[in-house]
Order: sequence, then structure tokens, then C-alpha cells
Amino acid sequence: MTETPVRGFWGDAWRRLRQNRAAMTASVVIVLISLLAFFGPAFSPHPYDAIDWDYMAVPPGGGNDHWLGTDRLGRDLYVRTLHGVQISLQIGLLATVVSLIIGVLWGATAGYLGGRIDGAMMRVVDIMYALPYIFIVIILSTLFDRGNIYVLFLAIGAVGWLTMARIVRGQTLSLKRKEFIEAALASGVGTWGILLRHIVPNVIGPVIIYATLTIPQMILFESFLSFLGLGVQEPQASLGSLINEGAQEMESAVWMLIVPAGFLVTLLTCFNFLGDGLRDALDPRDR
Amino acid sequence: MLSYALRRIAGVFPTMFIIITISFFVIRMAPGGPFDDEQTLPPEIKANLEAAYGLDKPLTEQYWRYLAGLAEGDFGPSFKFKDFTVTELIAQGLPVSLLLGLFAILLAVLIGVPLGTLAALRQNSAVDYGIMGVAVIGIALPSFVIGPLFALIFGLYLRWFPVAGWESGDLSYLVLPVVTLALPVIAYIARLTRGSLLEVLRTNFVRTARAKGLSERQVIVRHALRPALLPVVSYLGPATAFVITGSLVVETVFGLPGSGRYLVQGAINRDYTLVMGMIVVYGGLTLLLNLISDLLYGWLDPRVRYD
Repeated sequence: MTETPVRGFWGDAWRRLRQNRAAMTASVVIVLISLLAFFGPAFSPHPYDAIDWDYMAVPPGGGNDHWLGTDRLGRDLYVRTLHGVQISLQIGLLATVVSLIIGVLWGATAGYLGGRIDGAMMRVVDIMYALPYIFIVIILSTLFDRGNIYVLFLAIGAVGWLTMARIVRGQTLSLKRKEFIEAALASGVGTWGILLRHIVPNVIGPVIIYATLTIPQMILFESFLSFLGLGVQEPQASLGSLINEGAQEMESAVWMLIVPAGFLVTLLTCFNFLGDGLRDALDPRDR
Repeated sequence: MLSYALRRIAGVFPTMFIIITISFFVIRMAPGGPFDDEQTLPPEIKANLEAAYGLDKPLTEQYWRYLAGLAEGDFGPSFKFKDFTVTELIAQGLPVSLLLGLFAILLAVLIGVPLGTLAALRQNSAVDYGIMGVAVIGIALPSFVIGPLFALIFGLYLRWFPVAGWESGDLSYLVLPVVTLALPVIAYIARLTRGSLLEVLRTNFVRTARAKGLSERQVIVRHALRPALLPVVSYLGPATAFVITGSLVVETVFGLPGSGRYLVQGAINRDYTLVMGMIVVYGGLTLLLNLISDLLYGWLDPRVRYD
């Protein structure tokens, strides 16, 4: 007598994800780039903001120890780009976590309490939706001293929760009629207890999918702001500010554009593939 | 339908009012003021300047004044471009920006829909995988990467189009900016069209259309495509917001004299009235186009009921 292996929801999802070659490749690339970003600069003799007077705007592979060349001020592009990837990744994650927490709590509360409170809370979301997101971000970016980008991105995360709130609210609406909620109510669990112990854990699937898709969005916003000169300030670098510098120098020093743009595009593409893969794995109905 | 439309139109005004109010006060909370950069400005002169623009008054009074001005269509003077009013600045730049956005959306629909249709009709073929693969990358590529790359390849190396700049009436300056702006929208529309067309092709009425002997072409164009395009129509609202956002970058990259750059410049310079003017104009535009796309959706889809 053979025993059928018991596979739970997560085991099933993990199996489906592993079979998705694009998503697996993407996650490996993301891990590699992250490792490179955090440990790679240590291998180069140059700090990210040091000026090398002997090698200004040299192209990659010039037979010196500037592996990816230097910028117009003679700063090492390999180290600067990795430094930029570091900042972009950190900010992307930070902003995603903030938007996740606010979005999940907001959506679960609105969906569970229902009625007028729900109406008012979702009205707030609608109004913020009405304005292009980047407007809110630009207005907020004026509020903070340039240079303190972490505070800025806490703020951006704090407005990036809208879609998450909508998704979670929809899930909560269908969850709250389930028997186990009734059982929890009957045994005297309070509103917060039900929200945190029973609703939130059950919406985790869509939340994970959406979070994976939020990270590249946040990285994109950071780069976008830095590109426009509103984000990371010199001598710090982020992928956006490096691309901006590169775009200005592209006639004479095309590598200054290609190197950071290549990293950014690879990261964004990989996160999108991973998000798509997770969606297919966690929500097989979509296929 | 009519009462729904009227209610939606009426709903735009309170939203706009809330947006204006919140942005007005948030911008004023920012550290620094419009006259801080002009170095060694004696305090008396600075005070005089602020008095001339009414900046010394209490904030709430400034707010009511601003609203009163807006009601008459007056956006106030710009603090940085001293010889211009905000209305003049925006009126100068907006036509270029609108032209850019309009062309981008048109191009996106004209290319995205056929691509998506092709991918759906050849589902799981090399064509399908090719188009969808390119679409993922097209969505992932931000305009500030595509823009410089296009300028490099088609402007600098191939010399097909001008790298940057603007000459009134010469549309060749618009080609690269429009394509840059449209590319992610093309990709998204192709994905939407493919997905919804695949769904529609499985429905009974498509089977009926085939069963009664219509040609495949007629089945697709007359019967399947129309309902399949509904998600595309409702995406046009958000697409507009996307195009407006992208135009901030594209105008910077290609040196177009549009109004998008005023938002960023205004924010950096603490040019309160200029930022506010941009928010009112672009915010209003977004609300309006979202509204149109929603109403269009209801008009196209008889299944939508309003109550």
C-alpha cells in the first residue's frame, strides 16, 4: 500500500515556482546582484567617492584597476554602480515594507469593520489614486532635507500602499463571512485579535505577490527621483543619479550610461519575472 | 446612465478641492522659501519681497486668496520666473506636452492592440512568446533609460532623428520622445489585449459565430475583439497618468519645452505657485481623462449597470 504524500498549499506553490524556469533564474540573478552589491566594492581598491586624478573618464577594460571605467571626475564606476545598487535595493525594500504594513492594516481594517468606516477609508484611497503617484512623491520630496533619503522613502512607502489596501480589503470582505471567523467571535476574540490573528495571515498569498511587484516599483521611483535630481545627492550615488550623469556624457563616455542602466534594467526585469512566477505559483487559477 | 455620469462629473470637484487643499499646506510645510537661494539678500528686502507676494500673511489667509484667484482662473505669479505668471508659463508649455502625450497614447493603441491580438491568435507559439517576452522588458524599462538609449542609437549613431531640441512645426523632434513614452504603454496594452482576447475566444458566442460559418477574420474583428478591448479602454485612464508622469522625464531627456519640467523645477526652487499650478492643471487633466475612460467603458459595455 503506497501512501499519497500530503502536500499543503505552500508545498504545492513551492513546487510550481521551482518549475518556472524564468522565475528561478530571476531569483538567482537577484541574489547574485545583491551579494555583488554588498560585498563587491570591498574587492576594489577604490572608495565610491574618491577622485583619481590620473584616470578621468577612462573606458572599461583600459588595463588599469578601474574595471568598469571611471566617470568624468575620475571616480571608479564599478564601485559607484555597486554602491548605487546597494542604495536602490535598500530603499526599495524599506519602502516596500512600509507600504506593506500600512496597506495590509488599512485594507483589513476597512474590509472587516465595513459600513461607514470602510466607505471613508476607501474614499481616502480613491482620492490618492486620482493624482498621479509621482506628484505626491515630488511634493513629499520637497519636505525633507536632501540627503536624508531614508526618511524620504519612508514617506514614499507611506503613500505606496494604495493598491495593497484595495487587494487586502477585497480578500477580507470574503474572509469575514467564513465560519472560522464566526468561531473566533463566538469564543470572545476581540476585533484586533481577529484582524491580526485570523484575517492578516489568510491574505498573505496575494500580499506576497504584490510585494514582489512593489519592490521594482519602489526601486523605479527612487531612480526616477534621483534622475530628476530630487533624490540621492552627490557624492552618494544611486542607479538613477548615475544614469542621469551617464545620459549627459553619453556622446563621449557611453559606458557611464550603459553600466548603471544595465544593472537597473536587469534588476527590474528579474523582479518582474519573479513576481509573475509567484503569482502563477500561488494562484494557479490564473493560468 | 445619465444620472451616473452626472454624479461622476460632480464627484470630480470635491476630489480636486481636497487635492488642492492638501498640496497647498504640504508644500508650505517644506523647509526653505522661494527667496532663500538669492544669496546675501538683506532681510529687509526679503521681507519686502515676501510682503509683495503676500507671503507674510497668515497661511490660511494666503490659502483663501489662492482659492479666490483660482476661481477666476488666476494661478498667481511665479516666484522664480519673475516676469511671468504661472498661467503664462503653463500656457506656453502645455501644448507641447499635450501633443507629446496624445501621440504617445495613439501610437500605443495602434501598435499594442494588433500585437496583443497576434499573440493571442498564435497562443503558445514562438510569436506569442516573442511578443510577451519583449512586453515584459518593455514594462520593466523606465523611460529615463529608454530615452537616453534611443537618443544614443537613433539620434547619435544612426542620425535618423534629432537627438534633442524642438523646432515648432517640425514633427521629427517628436518621434523619439513619443516612441520612448509609448513603449511601456504598448507593452501593457499588448498584454491586456492578449489576456482578454484569449478569454473571449473561449466563450459561447464566439463558438456560435464560428458555427454559423463566418470567416475567422469576421469572428475576430466583429465579434471577439470588441468585448476584448474593454479592459484596454479602462486602462486608458491610468495610462494617461503614466504618460503624464513619463513626460516629466522625456521632456528633460529630449529638451522639449513642455510644461512637465516646471513641476520638478518648481519643487526644487520652492516656487509654490508654479508647483500648485502644475498640480491643478495636471491633476485636473488626470481626473478628467479617468472620468472619460470610465464613462466610455459604461457606454461600450451594455452589461454595466448603474444604480
